[in-house]
Amino acid sequence: MNSEPQSANGDGPPLMELRDLQMFFPVKGGVLQRTQAQLKAVNGVSLSIRKGETLGLVGESGCGKSTLGKCAVRLLRPTGGQVLFEGNDISSLSRKALKPYRRDIQMIFQDPAESLNPRHSIGSLLEEPFLVHGNRDAADRNRRVLKLLDIVGLPASAIEKFPFEFSGGQRQRIGIARAIALNPKLVICDEPVSALDVSVQSQILNLLMNLQEEFNLSYIFIAHDLAVVKHISDRVAIMYLGKIVELGPTEEIFRNPLHAYTRALISAIPVPRPGQRRERILLKGDVPSPIDPPEGCAFARRSWIPCEPEELDKPGEFREVSPGHWVELHPATVEDYASYQR
Amino acid sequence: MNSPLLDVRNLQTAFDTEKGRVVAVDDISFTVARGKTLGIVGESGCGKSVTALSITRLLPQPMGNILGGEISFEGQDLAQATESQLRAVRGARIGMIFQEPMTALNPVHRIGRQLSECFLLHQDISKAEAWDRSIELLQKVGIPSAEVRIGEYPHQLSGGMRQRVVIAMALACKPSLVIADEPTTALDVTIQAQILELMKSLQEEMGMSIILITHDLGVIAETCDDVVVMYAGRVAEKGSVQDIFERPAHLYTKGLLDSIPRIDHPPKTPLQTIPGFVPGLHELPTGARFAPRSPHPDAKAYMNSEAYRSVRPSLVEIGPGHWVEDCPVVRVDQMPAHT
Repeated sequence: MNSEPQSANGDGPPLMELRDLQMFFPVKGGVLQRTQAQLKAVNGVSLSIRKGETLGLVGESGCGKSTLGKCAVRLLRPTGGQVLFEGNDISSLSRKALKPYRRDIQMIFQDPAESLNPRHSIGSLLEEPFLVHGNRDAADRNRRVLKLLDIVGLPASAIEKFPFEFSGGQRQRIGIARAIALNPKLVICDEPVSALDVSVQSQILNLLMNLQEEFNLSYIFIAHDLAVVKHISDRVAIMYLGKIVELGPTEEIFRNPLHAYTRALISAIPVPRPGQRRERILLKGDVPSPIDPPEGCAFARRSWIPCEPEELDKPGEFREVSPGHWVELHPATVEDYASYQR
Repeated sequence: MNSPLLDVRNLQTAFDTEKGRVVAVDDISFTVARGKTLGIVGESGCGKSVTALSITRLLPQPMGNILGGEISFEGQDLAQATESQLRAVRGARIGMIFQEPMTALNPVHRIGRQLSECFLLHQDISKAEAWDRSIELLQKVGIPSAEVRIGEYPHQLSGGMRQRVVIAMALACKPSLVIADEPTTALDVTIQAQILELMKSLQEEMGMSIILITHDLGVIAETCDDVVVMYAGRVAEKGSVQDIFERPAHLYTKGLLDSIPRIDHPPKTPLQTIPGFVPGLHELPTGARFAPRSPHPDAKAYMNSEAYRSVRPSLVEIGPGHWVEDCPVVRVDQMPAHT
């Protein structure tokens, strides 16, 4: 089975655990709008997030990383598998039953301009979480809003202003303030810096790292920029076509990437140092469609590691190859496949 | 004498908006050498795309206008050229690649029709011949089974494939200059690597010059020979790619380089930042525009001085071909040494 990639390593129970998570969307068509196929956005993912850690989730567009994030906050109801939060399965809870968990699991979105209601002042945007969760004391709410602004580095005067009066970086600070308002335990950050200018991106990354330390937050950090993910994450998971293909401690993944896809991704990052040209692995073709994806190893046909034609449809096996380092083993995904066969 | 292919001098471009005139590109000069790649780097609103649109005179009308300067390209001043002269240049002598290929392609026409149009507009050849050449071109930009793809519509292609088609269109008439405005920003890293590789090999083969506009310093370092760093509508610094990356002379350039997380940095350490944010184009000072964000100890004093309000710093050459804004509070070599 391609599951249970969590080795017990004495860190206590995980904060969140995804077990064989699936999120399929029906693809409808024809006159009768019948379901013609399944778009398998997340196709059997097992992961866990420990207290206080940042798990980086990397992959290219359409690999399902954002869908996975939305399942974890339960903005989506997964079609299969489990989402365990502190041991409780929240994957099929109703809206009402979910409410206590909403405090604990929050999300930061890519484009703060779209996630903030333009007609609300910053004060009312930041006050909303407290109101929704039953804080009826206006003075107390105001105090908390001011504290939040201070934490994320915005002036108190922001309270009267509206989202359009802020720059992209400042708006992202507001998005972060809203996410941390109720002292969550887990924050899912979906491409939080990719819409920002380079000089502002580092401010936001620093803020996220400081908040983590101060409030002992756990992050799932979803991004396509490997350098950013490497900087902020304790562990990294690489996702391809709805599945995790490699998982491990950040340093280990970047020092010793094993999966052919991970190695291609790392080699594709342009390095801001002229004249230093590394061996670049160019992948053939494009990411295949997640609609009815190949049954076997999804990456085999794009891989630069050759394998026998009859092995192409063989499923890969997700296995721990060294402590904490998991990789999908298949003749086309790792070099020297035979050496992994005991 | 090896004269540059493109020589932009004192270009000034403005937009007339409801709030008044906004100078998006404020008196900038640079050259593009033959067969070389010039990178223009900067953050949103710095004027890099407006520069590209000015060169091809594709500014939105009637708001966008070139107020002054010369754009001399192959002996012709494009700033003064008539619309019919420009039509002979665009697509033929200057090819263009934009960020989002879907907006550059017409969704209701097949790839083949759009590609052969480039030939039919600028060359005296038959439709059948144009069609054949289009297939050839698609093969050249690495599109598999080009004979089939040529009959497809843009939406049937993936993002990377579409960008290849746009590149094919830009190169159809063997231009001497290609302007690529964030050509890989909308693409995934592995596809970006493919496209950059493709542009490089086509350049080696066809010998055209490229202006590459991007915010990604990694892309600049890997593909460009010369670099212009823009900030708030002006050139902060320009020089060879080695000058910019190894000897940055402007504090903004240095700040940018220091603030990107690098793959070889130790993780979970604080990143360097540039305080503040990119200024809006309204109410920009005459003096050095980076001063409010400068870490230089004298920056505050400078901002209270008359010079900040009324003296525009010129560029000074500090090494062969390496120019930087001549204002002490934004220059790396004028920073007091740490004790």
